[in-house]
Amino acid sequence: MEKLIQQIKQGKVWPFPGGIHPPGQKALSNTQAISRLPLPDKLIVPLKQHIGANGQLIVEKGQSVLKGQALTKPVANWSVPVHAPTSGVIADICQMPSAHPSALPELSIIITPDGQDTWCELNPIADPSNLTHQELIDIIHNSGIAGMGGAGFPTYIKADSRKPIEFFIVNAVECEPYITADDVLMREHADQIVKGIELMQQLLSPTLTIIGIEDNKPEAIASMKHAAQHNAKIIVQTVPTVYPSGGEKQLIQLLTDKEVPSGGIPADIGVLVQNVGTLFAIEQAVTQGKPLIERVITVTGNTIHNAGNVWALLGTEIKHLLDCQGFSPVPQQRVLMGGPMMGFTLPTVRIGVVKTTNCILAPDHNELAEPGPEQACIRCSACADACPASLLPQQLQWFAKSKEYDKLKEYNLFDCIECGACAYVCPSEIPLVQYYRVAKVEIKEQQAEQVKAERAKERFELRKERLEREQEARQNRHKRKPAAKSADEKQKVADALARVKKSDDKADSKSAVAAAIARAKAKKQTGELEPDNSEVAQERAARKEQARAYKAQKEAEKNSTTQETGDKKSAVAAAIARAKAKKAAQANNSDTADAPVDDKKAAVAAAIARAKAKKAAQADNSETADAPVDDKKAAVAAAIARAKAKKAAKQTDTAQSDELTTDDESSQVQEPSPQTADDKKKAAVAAAIARAKAKKSAKETETAQSDEVTTDDESSQAQEPAPQTADDKKKAAVAAAIARAKAKKAAKETETPQSVEVITDDESSQVQEPSSQTADDKKKAAVAAAIARAKAKKRQQEGSDKS
Amino acid sequence: MTLFYALLALGSLALIFGLILGFAAVRFRVQGSPIVEQIDTILPQTQCGQCGYPGCRPYAEAIANGDEINKCPPGGEATVKKLADLMGVEAKPLAGGEQADPVKTVAYIREDECIGCTKCIQACPVDAIVGATRQMHTVLIDECTGCDLCVEPCPVDCIDMLPVETTKQTWKWQLDAIPVTQID
Repeated sequence: MEKLIQQIKQGKVWPFPGGIHPPGQKALSNTQAISRLPLPDKLIVPLKQHIGANGQLIVEKGQSVLKGQALTKPVANWSVPVHAPTSGVIADICQMPSAHPSALPELSIIITPDGQDTWCELNPIADPSNLTHQELIDIIHNSGIAGMGGAGFPTYIKADSRKPIEFFIVNAVECEPYITADDVLMREHADQIVKGIELMQQLLSPTLTIIGIEDNKPEAIASMKHAAQHNAKIIVQTVPTVYPSGGEKQLIQLLTDKEVPSGGIPADIGVLVQNVGTLFAIEQAVTQGKPLIERVITVTGNTIHNAGNVWALLGTEIKHLLDCQGFSPVPQQRVLMGGPMMGFTLPTVRIGVVKTTNCILAPDHNELAEPGPEQACIRCSACADACPASLLPQQLQWFAKSKEYDKLKEYNLFDCIECGACAYVCPSEIPLVQYYRVAKVEIKEQQAEQVKAERAKERFELRKERLEREQEARQNRHKRKPAAKSADEKQKVADALARVKKSDDKADSKSAVAAAIARAKAKKQTGELEPDNSEVAQERAARKEQARAYKAQKEAEKNSTTQETGDKKSAVAAAIARAKAKKAAQANNSDTADAPVDDKKAAVAAAIARAKAKKAAQADNSETADAPVDDKKAAVAAAIARAKAKKAAKQTDTAQSDELTTDDESSQVQEPSPQTADDKKKAAVAAAIARAKAKKSAKETETAQSDEVTTDDESSQAQEPAPQTADDKKKAAVAAAIARAKAKKAAKETETPQSVEVITDDESSQVQEPSSQTADDKKKAAVAAAIARAKAKKRQQEGSDKS
Repeated sequence: MTLFYALLALGSLALIFGLILGFAAVRFRVQGSPIVEQIDTILPQTQCGQCGYPGCRPYAEAIANGDEINKCPPGGEATVKKLADLMGVEAKPLAGGEQADPVKTVAYIREDECIGCTKCIQACPVDAIVGATRQMHTVLIDECTGCDLCVEPCPVDCIDMLPVETTKQTWKWQLDAIPVTQID
């Protein structure tokens, strides 16, 4: 490495293979200083003037812009902004022919200058050495600087190289004939260029900076040497005039004896190349704050009277450039953008200058004649000798003609820099470069198509998969539905059966007892014939009832403690009603108020209220019966009932004992009814009947005890078959209710309040317990009912004894 | 006796090498890409069905089973040539006399005429049309393979097949754009 640097410092260069020596024609334009053009009356600024994506438009039609104002902002990767080259009004934003051999339309901003040339606010930095790396990169990025040598590669990406840079090479070779833009720029602005180099050194800190200048520009060499003499890390290297020594890869080889690998970039071998024009733009952007809005362009050719270099604003029409330099076109005049070797003929001169435009060449027919007819290749191999990339142009030509793209790739077509040296030396005037260019585009297109085909295939397969999946899902839906139905239907059938049975019960429920008897009889008769599933259904119903009873109990508790969150209105109504009921109860009965001392006071009160409601609403049995059906209805019904209860409570200024017993009784009646929730209507009806009977009997019991006993016996006898035969607990509940009614009656008869109360309480608690169990075992219920009845009888006897 | 030893030696050698070869045949078996796969990669994957098969893969399978190789109009002459190379048969001109170098097209829906019937969506083999019932439909240009399949089902004929627009990247140089000649 040391040796290499030593050799470089000694001025050694390593010639690359091939190369040609076309006539320079530089004297046409390099004798004058750079002139400045008058403002054009129209500027066409394409959004995209570099390699990469365009920036995002940030101005609109009709807007006034100042010189240097950004017209786009960078958004995507590799996008750099463009700026207004002068102050003026945006006349239009539309598609305009682009500075490309195809002249395909490109979105462009058309500015009508106002003639003031007013700069926008600039931000010059006096001492850039204080800037951080990122700040410097941002300035370069936002100033819209892209490679001005011809390729238009965004400079900020190059300057932000992640790879260590050993050699920073300044491309001042300008090997293409006719072009002298860099030459005159170096002569006039060497100091600024060196400042630009130093900024790049600050960014990249390379070991050595080499400025490569062809030996046909002695003035430029002298001025650059003078400007760079203070910096020991900058070497001005004179290279022999060979075309294409200005090619990036060729220059690297020439100056450092390193070769950029095929398909690689110079940074891979620690080298970075920048054009002098770009470095000048960097200096202007950093120290002056000026974005890239103008550049030096060589306007030359034999048809130009005043050939030379001009400072042209980006977007200036080519026509304006030509007119200002004195243009006298010949018939079938061609105008080229770029040099004679690598430039292209412009389809129109109404195209704006872009960042990469370094030369406008308007030759007459003598200096650049129309190409002659292509002749057969004579296999002279002159092209291979001239090729600076050591390719085999002749082979490539054959493959390109026969469209053997795989072979072209094999022969490294993509290493061709399209310098045109092979075509230049071809004695058969074969436009070799054109063949390569077409082949390159076709290969790229093919690759793109391959990618697209892959995508299409993928999408097609995914779609097929999706369709199959959908079809399968549809079929499965058809298949599954009947299966599901059958399961459902079984359930439905079972339910329907249960319902039918229930409705049968319901229909007969006017006299549930009678119905029960009838059913019992029926069962007895058809005992064996009755299918098993009835029992199963009953068991299920029993289970359901149990669950519902539990739920109802819980609900009742909830209601009483106003914890019910579901229906606020009903809860509030219930609460109010309950409160009233409680008040009424307190007013009426201090004992009842005292009795519930525990936290279930409210619950008891509610129960009392409900009981009262029941009592009061005996007339409308259906309502009370419906009550537990659902929460809302229940709440409403409860509220109504409670209201009635209140009324009733006010009216009843009767004895405490009486009240209490009825209360107890009713609460007992109440309790089973939610338990039998599955068929609460029936139960309620039954209870109501029981209660009605109780009342009736209570009214009637002003008569003799004997009478009473007999009636009781009768009723009990009438009842007795019911619990035995009817095997569901409703009947048991009914029986219990009847029994309790009897107890009450007995209690009334016995005018010994305390003792009776105690007994009734005991009894009720006894009854209560089994009744909750009844749900799971109707036999127990029956037993309990029997016990209750027995007790009632006993009490009656006691009462009669006492009396 | 000598003969016996010689036979024994050669026989055992043959056995050993046979075993080695047999093992190698199993162990280092190279799974070559099946011919159908190779044909499928050559086909342009437009899934247009112009070959008479429902998609490119079925046609690839048909070719592998001996069908003609010149039934792919979107692939053009280039595809026929590649298939001929692969299959070792003579390249033929395209069946039905289609042009050798087909113009690439993409579907374009005239959106103000679209009634939102979704018929084209169902026809598209690569799901390149987006839209919903009674909503305007549009073609995802980047995904469209230019297969034409959506044109037929459209009840209002609002789908056009337009040639793919040339960009600077796809533009092909005119061969005489740059003069190359001796400058004196």
